[in-house]
Amino acid sequence: MFNPISFAFKKAKSENRPALLTYTVAGDSSKKQSLEILKSISKKVDILEIGVPHNTPVADGSQIQTSSYRAIKNGIKVNDIFKIVKDFKKFDKNKPIILMGYYNMIFQYGENEFLKKCKISGVNGLIIVDLPWPENKKFTTKCKKKSIFFIQLLSPTTSKSRLKKIINDSHEMIYFISMLSTTGGKLKVSSKEIMSNYNKIKKVNSKKNVVIGFGITEKTIKSLKKADGLVVGSAICEEITNSIKKRQNPVTNVYNVVNRLKNKIK
Amino acid sequence: MKLKKGIPVIDQGNKLGFWGGKFGGNFVPETLKKPIEDLEILFNKLKKDNKFINERDKYFKNWVGSPTRFIKLENLTKHVGGAQIWSKVVSDANGGAHKIYNATVHCLLAKRSGKKIICGDTGAGYAGKMLSMAAKKFGLKCKIFMGAKDIQRQQPNVKAMKKNGAEVIPVYSGSQTLVDAVSECMRYWVANCDKVAMCVGSTVGPAIFVRICGWSTSQISRELKIQLINEFGSVPKKLKLYNCVGGGSSSFGFWNEFMDYDKKQCEFIGVEAGGPAKSKKHAAPLTYGSKIGILHGAAQYVNQNTDGQIEETESISAGLDYPGISPLHCFLKDTKRARYTAASDEEALNAYKLVTKFEKLRPSLEPSHAFSVAIADSKKLSKDTIVVVNSCGDAYKDRGILEKRLGKKYV
Repeated sequence: MFNPISFAFKKAKSENRPALLTYTVAGDSSKKQSLEILKSISKKVDILEIGVPHNTPVADGSQIQTSSYRAIKNGIKVNDIFKIVKDFKKFDKNKPIILMGYYNMIFQYGENEFLKKCKISGVNGLIIVDLPWPENKKFTTKCKKKSIFFIQLLSPTTSKSRLKKIINDSHEMIYFISMLSTTGGKLKVSSKEIMSNYNKIKKVNSKKNVVIGFGITEKTIKSLKKADGLVVGSAICEEITNSIKKRQNPVTNVYNVVNRLKNKIK
Repeated sequence: MKLKKGIPVIDQGNKLGFWGGKFGGNFVPETLKKPIEDLEILFNKLKKDNKFINERDKYFKNWVGSPTRFIKLENLTKHVGGAQIWSKVVSDANGGAHKIYNATVHCLLAKRSGKKIICGDTGAGYAGKMLSMAAKKFGLKCKIFMGAKDIQRQQPNVKAMKKNGAEVIPVYSGSQTLVDAVSECMRYWVANCDKVAMCVGSTVGPAIFVRICGWSTSQISRELKIQLINEFGSVPKKLKLYNCVGGGSSSFGFWNEFMDYDKKQCEFIGVEAGGPAKSKKHAAPLTYGSKIGILHGAAQYVNQNTDGQIEETESISAGLDYPGISPLHCFLKDTKRARYTAASDEEALNAYKLVTKFEKLRPSLEPSHAFSVAIADSKKLSKDTIVVVNSCGDAYKDRGILEKRLGKKYV
């Protein structure tokens, strides 16, 4: 079935560039402002990842943690996040949206109910940080039935045999974690090494769209532009934090960061 | 859901690491799958390897100091006037608490895996202190993650860690207690798992850590069983084993060898931290009916809101101040093998006062929770009932809190 995520990759490929994916936390720094940020960067971005904030995130570095705690403190609930997605889709119905978060939030909501709400509000994909393969098998099947992409994660520690099995069970998009790190870590391996790992994934199945995330900033993005897609998260969250500190408008500042990122991979 | 006889509880999980089909598991980022699998393979091999077992026993005997004492609390028994109250003085162990068993085993495993650095979390500071001791003993570098609030309230243990050469990393996120220390430690492992071994300080975390810790602390009940037989000729007909439960490592270890006995003969009572009497916050997910959720890689009963955010806990005892509970205890609760209740901060303090008044024993605030319930129950029990309380920590680390709450004469 048609999923706008596939179309976004096609479009980027036709323009001979990687797809740009951004990650912002829902409700950061407020419900209203996080929607404004999504709307303002929408034109520059191919796929929007929206973080579902959780207060015991075991894979996030300080930047995303700060954004998440801020959003939770400001009262964001799962239902508000669906509302943000729905409102955004009224503004730009074809822009793909991926929710990214931790499994407990979905578990408490109820898997079926959560997917139903995803469908109604217009979510196109899910990344669940702590629901790895094969634990995620049942859930990914449910996602497929609703034509919501479940995006499998791969890491430099993923063994060869495991890699093949995960790719085999994956939907059209795969997320490759560039290095051993939490989100927002400094890129500690060369882009050459990252691309070599990336190519190993592409070799198993070249049809899957593989995006690279973790450690990608304005400084590093250019060196990885051969990938199908690149995700920037912590750098944006940090920009929001800095804007608040400097009493500047996060919406404008985030737009400027995203604009610069986009120009680097054109 | 059923507890099987003849199979160690730590090995009763299914292929994906779930006890009773729903507690535990491995809810971890992809990056950790490989190091966890490596650790599983290593542990499964070594726990059947006699050479390794002998090595473990050698260190437990000569370095940890086993067995720890099993004593009758004569004066307290007389004062209470019911069941016979005994104590397994696990705080005799090197370092002053049961955490030494898990720390020793993790360092032995780290050595075998060729890792030179070990990281760990700590709440009361015991897990951290013991890991720093064991790391020093086995020549490993050691990094300890500890909540900033706990660093303030458990200074004696912080000093001990630093003296042993460990780096103590304060955690400022969230409630700045154990839950945040475990999160930060896991994050550190995510970023460094190629070079660093991780020790989870209790029977919590991804399934393999639950199993290793339970396997290690079971030394307590192995010793106790022999001591009971030496004292009474056999395992008593009416035996009740009281233990405080935070993450659940000491209680699981205290009960494990008696798992297959009928609960009418050998009852397990877990005492959680009820928090201040006047506060709604607590650290007692089993007692107060918390829902199942995912915390630190495992499904368990956990304090959380309806959205799935983990709730802040409150307890006078840093070692019990954790919103979740070991999957093993969730399993023992739902199979009805153990029963769980809670004691408030005030009840624990009163029990501490009573025990120290009558006995030459200074249980830390954690076992004081267990003493509180054991003393109350003993009043109503027959004289041939043997009540044993695991005094799993020494009060030295709590001197600041005790002085503040009870005055100088109790320090």
